[in-house]
Amino acid sequence: MPPLTRWFIKSALAYFIAALVVGVLLAARSVVSLPPIVGALRPAYFHLLMVGWVTQLIFGMAYWMFPKSTKDQPRGSERLGWLAYSLLNIGLLLRVITEPLLTVHSTPLLGWALAASAVLQWLAGMGFVINTWSRVKEK
Amino acid sequence: MWFVRAALIYLASGFTFGMLLLLHKGVPLSPWMWRILPLHIECVLIGWTVQLAMGVAFWILPRFGLSGRGNETLVWLAYGLINVGVLAVGLGGTLAAPPEITLAGRVAELLSVVFFAVHSWPRVKPMGV
Repeated sequence: MPPLTRWFIKSALAYFIAALVVGVLLAARSVVSLPPIVGALRPAYFHLLMVGWVTQLIFGMAYWMFPKSTKDQPRGSERLGWLAYSLLNIGLLLRVITEPLLTVHSTPLLGWALAASAVLQWLAGMGFVINTWSRVKEK
Repeated sequence: MWFVRAALIYLASGFTFGMLLLLHKGVPLSPWMWRILPLHIECVLIGWTVQLAMGVAFWILPRFGLSGRGNETLVWLAYGLINVGVLAVGLGGTLAAPPEITLAGRVAELLSVVFFAVHSWPRVKPMGV
């Protein structure tokens, strides 16, 4: 299993746990009194699950398992792969921190940080698509 | 292959719509931006995730003999229906189309999955059988 795949999958597992912890917090609001910021965690919950866990697991497995691109670069550009990994995780972590904060305390800095997180995650997604497209073939 | 290519296109477009929505949340861009939320959700949940799973499953499930994958007509139907469904539901929600469009899209997605399940069911077997 290549190192990049290991990083993607271990990160995905960590996000899976984090997502479910947030899920517990969201559900706990109906039972115990929690700070208002917990109520703002719903988008973070969805995206920790769908981007952090599901998409990142797919990225890691696809990077490992899809048919070879070329003989010289069987898995495409490893540099682009690592860039996609870094941008996705920095972007997602920035999102789950700034988005709830922005909901309870709106400031221009938090707004721009959230916007930056959007662009980072988008670049990561495009990087994965570019790196993977040529590997979608019969064999 | 076609499932996976379409899934990658939906990943690119779904991420783009998502980026615009999150950008707007941080730095307001346009009041109509939230209208693309149904398109974002449908692209990433059904167009990317479900369709990629279907594509990989079609590729990797045990075959019949050396190259047989069973009834591929069902799979092509499934492919067509899921993509029609995603576009109908996603664009229908975004463009405020009549609810019948969204309903038709969801029915198309359901039929797609039924056809795919009918194709795949006999392939869930031990290797070599």
